[in-house]
Amino acid sequence: MPYFSLWVAAILLAVASIGLLLSRDWRWSLGLLAGQYLAAFWLTLAYWPLTMSAAQLVTNWMAVAVLGMTQLDIKNDPVSETSWPEGALFRAFAAGLVLITVTSAAQPVNAWLPNASLPLVWGGLMLIGMGLLHLGLTVHPLRITLGLLITLAGFEILYASLENSILVTGLLAVITLGLALTGSYLVSLNAPEEAPETAAE
Amino acid sequence: MTAPLIWIVFPLLAGFLLLLLPRERLVAYLGTIISALLAALAFWLPSDTVRQLGPFSLRIESTLILFGRQISLAPAQQIVLVLVYGIGAFWFFGTLAVGNARRIVPFGLVVTALLVASLAVRPFLYAALLIELAVMLSIPLLIQQGKAPGRGLIRFLIYQTLAMPFILFAGFLLSGVDVGPADVGLVAQAAILLGLGFAFLLAVFPLYTWVPLLAEEAPPYAVGFILILFPTFSLIFGLNFIDNYSWLRDSAQFSEALRSVGLLMIVTSGVWAAFQRHLGRLFAYGAVAETGISLLAISLPDKQLGLQIFFYLLVPRALALGVWALSIAVFEKQVPDLKLSSLRGMARAFPLATAGLVLANLALIGAPLMASFPIRQVLWENLATLSFPSAIWFGVAGLGLWLGALRTLMALVQSQEDVPWKSNETWDQRALIGIGLLGLLLLGLFPQWAQSLLSNLPAMFEHLGK
Repeated sequence: MPYFSLWVAAILLAVASIGLLLSRDWRWSLGLLAGQYLAAFWLTLAYWPLTMSAAQLVTNWMAVAVLGMTQLDIKNDPVSETSWPEGALFRAFAAGLVLITVTSAAQPVNAWLPNASLPLVWGGLMLIGMGLLHLGLTVHPLRITLGLLITLAGFEILYASLENSILVTGLLAVITLGLALTGSYLVSLNAPEEAPETAAE
Repeated sequence: MTAPLIWIVFPLLAGFLLLLLPRERLVAYLGTIISALLAALAFWLPSDTVRQLGPFSLRIESTLILFGRQISLAPAQQIVLVLVYGIGAFWFFGTLAVGNARRIVPFGLVVTALLVASLAVRPFLYAALLIELAVMLSIPLLIQQGKAPGRGLIRFLIYQTLAMPFILFAGFLLSGVDVGPADVGLVAQAAILLGLGFAFLLAVFPLYTWVPLLAEEAPPYAVGFILILFPTFSLIFGLNFIDNYSWLRDSAQFSEALRSVGLLMIVTSGVWAAFQRHLGRLFAYGAVAETGISLLAISLPDKQLGLQIFFYLLVPRALALGVWALSIAVFEKQVPDLKLSSLRGMARAFPLATAGLVLANLALIGAPLMASFPIRQVLWENLATLSFPSAIWFGVAGLGLWLGALRTLMALVQSQEDVPWKSNETWDQRALIGIGLLGLLLLGLFPQWAQSLLSNLPAMFEHLGK
């Protein structure tokens, strides 16, 4: 696979994860998550056989679908209608900080992972950073689930260069799907009470 | 027939099937029977051993191959199965007294089976993935019916999930260290990642904030189950790392770091426990201190002794946490919240639950004549010979936990003189708390009874056990 196309995929990952942080509408968020998984598939294709990468992509999209179906069932849609105390500017600034940190850390981390390419490491770290930022900014179950899924996707990208065991890939896919189901369960429990999204302490 | 099919796949299927049954008591009885049978079978017929049953010769193979990876329950691990499914049976039986069996029993069985799978998977590193699966399946167990998920539950999910990537990466780096242990930089990187992973997994200070939050907002009996199973399997997982990597096993700095972390956990939980006004939070700090005690035991220079202390404490700990959680669950149904101020004078209406609450708390701390006392005493003595200040801090922590127990007792017995004594517990509750307390007392008086069962447990570790 051309090196250039790996960078395109990595940049798409960054755009999708920043978009996920800035977006308040769950439809946009889930669309961006699906796009992020497509870019992740593109990156891992350089390390895994097509069948394994495709199986992972399908599982990840199933996870997005599970979250989407749960949101459709919720009538009062608290995620779309409420906003965090932090404005979009603050979140964009925080995302910028993550971007700078990841860019400076990618090269040294690449030295730890002998088989990985720089775009893969950069993309993986970007997702991990943005996922952790997500987790630090919210206590809403849907946002928390998105944060965990983003972090896990970043880890999966990095781990793809180290491990291509079917059992591990299968277990990671089950975990992604399991997280989506757990998130959906928590979102559905949260739904009756119109709990506003508040910043984590 | 292979051991993983019996002790992993069968309880997994049974757990999912029990979800379909509508009757609470039936689910509780079936869960208890299945768990007890699995424990008994593990005791009677360890894997790779031949037993004669009349004309039949029975043998269970230890290994199952799945997608090219081994899932193996070696004979040395059978006692862990006896303990874990025994604890499960005790816990599931308790749902007869506290209710909620349709949630606790099926999910409890599934979680137990996944944690057993984490013990069996080879390479052992992949246990992190199975523990994560168990975490996700324990979420429905911890939901209070009709309530939105609280911060404790969310943090539990986040922290336990974050542990997995750190541990898997550390495992990869450690494979490099194993090849060339002289690379100090690589060792440091692997140690940092491993430390972070286990700090999240074991809820080490300061990452244990979810434990008291969860104990405050979730059903106490379910929380107790989680707080006994997860730290136990996470510690065994951690012991596998120590056993497999000689630089970890032989490192004096690693042992010192473990000791410091363990002490920090015990001291902080002891201090916080002394000032708690909520029964659930007090229970949580008691459980956190137990993880600290286990870390202290593992840090001892005599690894054999450390392992024996770790394993010997499992039974009294499970029993004490079980009786404690059961007693809290009894009170939970009577009062709007579990604050000490809401429980004033309840001892006269619920004397057995009061006894269960206070005595289980004291047993866990290591009160004389109770189950943990002789083992904690050995740990304290060894700690004193190693470092006297550490032994003093250990004592201070114990004092804090004692104060917590005495404050609970004080709140429960503060009552008007003219209120008559009457036991309002149900027969199930009386029987279970009574049996639990009797067990705690008997194990304290005759600690040698558990010795024959537990003495071979260190043998499950190839290097540490020798």
